[in-house]
Amino acid sequence: MSILQVERLSIAFGGVRAIDDVTLSVPRACVFSIIGPNGAGKTTLFNLISGVYRPAAGRVLLDGVDVSGFAPDRLARRGLSRTFQNLQIFFRLSALENVMVGRNRHETTNVIQDLLHLPAVRRQNRATREAALAALARVGLEADADKPAGSLPYGAMKRLEIARALASEPQVLLLDEPAAGCNPVETGELDEIIRAIVREGVTIVLVEHDMRLVMNISDRIHVLANGRTLTEGSAAEVRSNPAVVEAYLGTHNARGRAVA
Amino acid sequence: MAEFLQFLFSGLTVGAVYALVALGFTLIYNASGIINFAQGEFVMLGGMTTVFLALAGVPLPLAAVLAVVAAVAIGLLLHRFAIEPARGADTVTLIMITIGASIFLRGAAQVVFDKRFHSLPHLFGTDPLRIGGAAILPQSLVVLAGATVIVVLLWVFIDRTLFGKAVIATAANRLAARLVGINTGHMIGFSFAISAAIGALAGILVTPITLTSYDVGTLLALKGFAAAMLGGMGYALGAVVGGLLLGLLEAFSAGYLSSKYKDVVAFLVILAVFFVMPQGLLGRAKVERV
Amino acid sequence: MARLIDSRYTPLVAVVFVALALPLIFPSPFYYRIGALVFIFALAVIGLNLLMGFAGQVSLGHAGFLGIGAYAVAIGPTHLGLPSWFCIFAGAGASALVAYVVGQPILRLKGHYLAVATLGFGLMIAIVLTNEAGWTGGPDGMSVPRLVLFGWPVHGSKAWYWVAAGTLAVGVALALNLIDSPSGRALQAIHDSEVAALVLGVRVARKKLGVFVISAVYASVAGSYLALLNGHITPDLAGFMRSIELVAMVVLGGMGSIFGSLVGAGVLVVLPQALTGFHDYEHMALGLIVMGFMILLRRGIVPTLGAALAGRAP
Repeated sequence: MSILQVERLSIAFGGVRAIDDVTLSVPRACVFSIIGPNGAGKTTLFNLISGVYRPAAGRVLLDGVDVSGFAPDRLARRGLSRTFQNLQIFFRLSALENVMVGRNRHETTNVIQDLLHLPAVRRQNRATREAALAALARVGLEADADKPAGSLPYGAMKRLEIARALASEPQVLLLDEPAAGCNPVETGELDEIIRAIVREGVTIVLVEHDMRLVMNISDRIHVLANGRTLTEGSAAEVRSNPAVVEAYLGTHNARGRAVA
Repeated sequence: MAEFLQFLFSGLTVGAVYALVALGFTLIYNASGIINFAQGEFVMLGGMTTVFLALAGVPLPLAAVLAVVAAVAIGLLLHRFAIEPARGADTVTLIMITIGASIFLRGAAQVVFDKRFHSLPHLFGTDPLRIGGAAILPQSLVVLAGATVIVVLLWVFIDRTLFGKAVIATAANRLAARLVGINTGHMIGFSFAISAAIGALAGILVTPITLTSYDVGTLLALKGFAAAMLGGMGYALGAVVGGLLLGLLEAFSAGYLSSKYKDVVAFLVILAVFFVMPQGLLGRAKVERV
Repeated sequence: MARLIDSRYTPLVAVVFVALALPLIFPSPFYYRIGALVFIFALAVIGLNLLMGFAGQVSLGHAGFLGIGAYAVAIGPTHLGLPSWFCIFAGAGASALVAYVVGQPILRLKGHYLAVATLGFGLMIAIVLTNEAGWTGGPDGMSVPRLVLFGWPVHGSKAWYWVAAGTLAVGVALALNLIDSPSGRALQAIHDSEVAALVLGVRVARKKLGVFVISAVYASVAGSYLALLNGHITPDLAGFMRSIELVAMVVLGGMGSIFGSLVGAGVLVVLPQALTGFHDYEHMALGLIVMGFMILLRRGIVPTLGAALAGRAP
């Protein structure tokens, strides 16, 4: 059974149908990509799936359970996390502390214990720190652990968000343009990081403009245009679909060249 | 019925003042994103300066004009020496600066003027008009008429002049406004000047009814701020509606419930509005972009 | 030096050191009173800083909790015959309960809306204290019976200096503990990006409510102490200007800096005392100070100094 299902999802902003009747089904432990020209509604779809927006119509099912309208924190505790296209780094904290926040849902001390700094809190802090370091290592940022998160280069911040989300141990991880701002070497590393995550049984839903990465890594690709589903298929199927090429070229999107 | 009319008129009169203060908040907020807590001090300055100039023998109309000019000058100074140097500071810092300005102005008024209550003569005397059994002070009508004229003039100015269009552009998108060549710094200074003038006029109009003293600004600022938020921050029409509504709420809860707890009732209603309509009555819901 | 400021328990060490050292340089017993005031305000300011500086939630009505704490130790012994020490705890409990109930709806609001809501809350407390004259003495306030601990009457500035210093040390320690804990990290995360905290599973609403309750308790205890120290209270203690004063102390010292809270409270308690000779100009001076600091040191005194020192370090 698929881990994530989206059924006839719709939302409109000021009369514009940003997502219009989209249905998709994501199999477990694979890379499922969502592509489309700018303004196709990819990030909006992410916001709907992760509970940041409430859908006007349609359902979202996570592991067979209807989670439509759940708040993002509730979804996260059910194992769905995400990263952001426009970075949402905790600038006040170090890189390591950012990832430690990702452990929050697994931390068991209550606020009274926290105030008193009881031994349980010390143990908790140690365990959290270790888990967070491990997550940082998975994205190759262990050397930057103690740096202020805001001092990292853009590409590193993108990976920091991945580490932070991984630390929360999601079943499904939504990645919103993780390769933006990466050079080819870094994109290659990202490819490896994503494959390693999937090998551990995590399902990746990917929004990405770097078509080489998408075509290399995706098990399925879902194409959106103007908020509607254009097509879905394997990389080869999508690449050879004339409607996809037209959707990209028809929008004066410079990045569209990558498809052709 | 007479009672109802009585409350209605006193609510509208106070509400008109709140509306003008809220309008001042809105103008500055739209131009700069700043909540100017010194807004109430402009009202105080308008009233107090007129009173003291009149006491010094200046004819009343001239005193009123001079008071407005003085308030505008102080508004411009406030912008030049407190707001501009702090450009780019975060919201709480900017709020604290305007609160600091408000404390300063109040302290200065206490030194320059005095700590007593003062009044101004009513424009058309103090014989109440009888309307449906209610006794209405002519000055109430003066306040309402004055507020209406101010709102209409402001609307015409913003809607019909190029300068007004620049104000709207700045409010809609400061960066874009700057890119098309609008000096947004001037716009902010201008918004302080206009807000000060509106506040001072409100103070002059209402002083005969409510009296004035060096410390009337604080509560007016709080009420005006709440009214602006009630209507929907950033919407001029919202400010007017919010102000009138707040005045009516107070008047009716004072009349029918408890005069001691009228402010509590008003704030509870405002809170209730926030929870049902988080963007205020006329504000448009914003979608958070992530 | 910069590292010293960063290290975890430094503010606690500083409080203890300052509290012990100050009496050595006090020229007269009058200064114990000012010292006690600084410590008491610092306590309230640390609580508010946890809410504002760490969790990023503004409160323009926090003096309301000062008022609850203050009137608890006035009303409890006077009208109900309860011991004062018990009323400190009862006041804190009442403040916690009020914060818990009020916080649920209010903390859903953001930015200026939260500012108006908290402002309205503080105003309501002040109005109730003014109007329920049968209990509170109305606008003229009421006198506060002396605190007796284990048969030892706590009175005079000197006694309160030490009580306040001890309590402040505890308050600082608890705050530092909180910051370096799961809750503390979550709060700072909420400050930077609520949505990112949410998608990681942080129970944002619950965390905000928790820190609101904690900050209310800090303010309440400070209010009780102020009342007991002064022996007389009026509703002004819960008023808007008091709330603003607390916020000014937080911002002046530095948002998110426990050290800064001590400095902020120190500056804004001591300066007006120094200006009492110019009573008429007190407000003007206060306004200028607040504006000046906010314009020139907008990150607050301690973070600005910290950054300057760190910048100079090799």
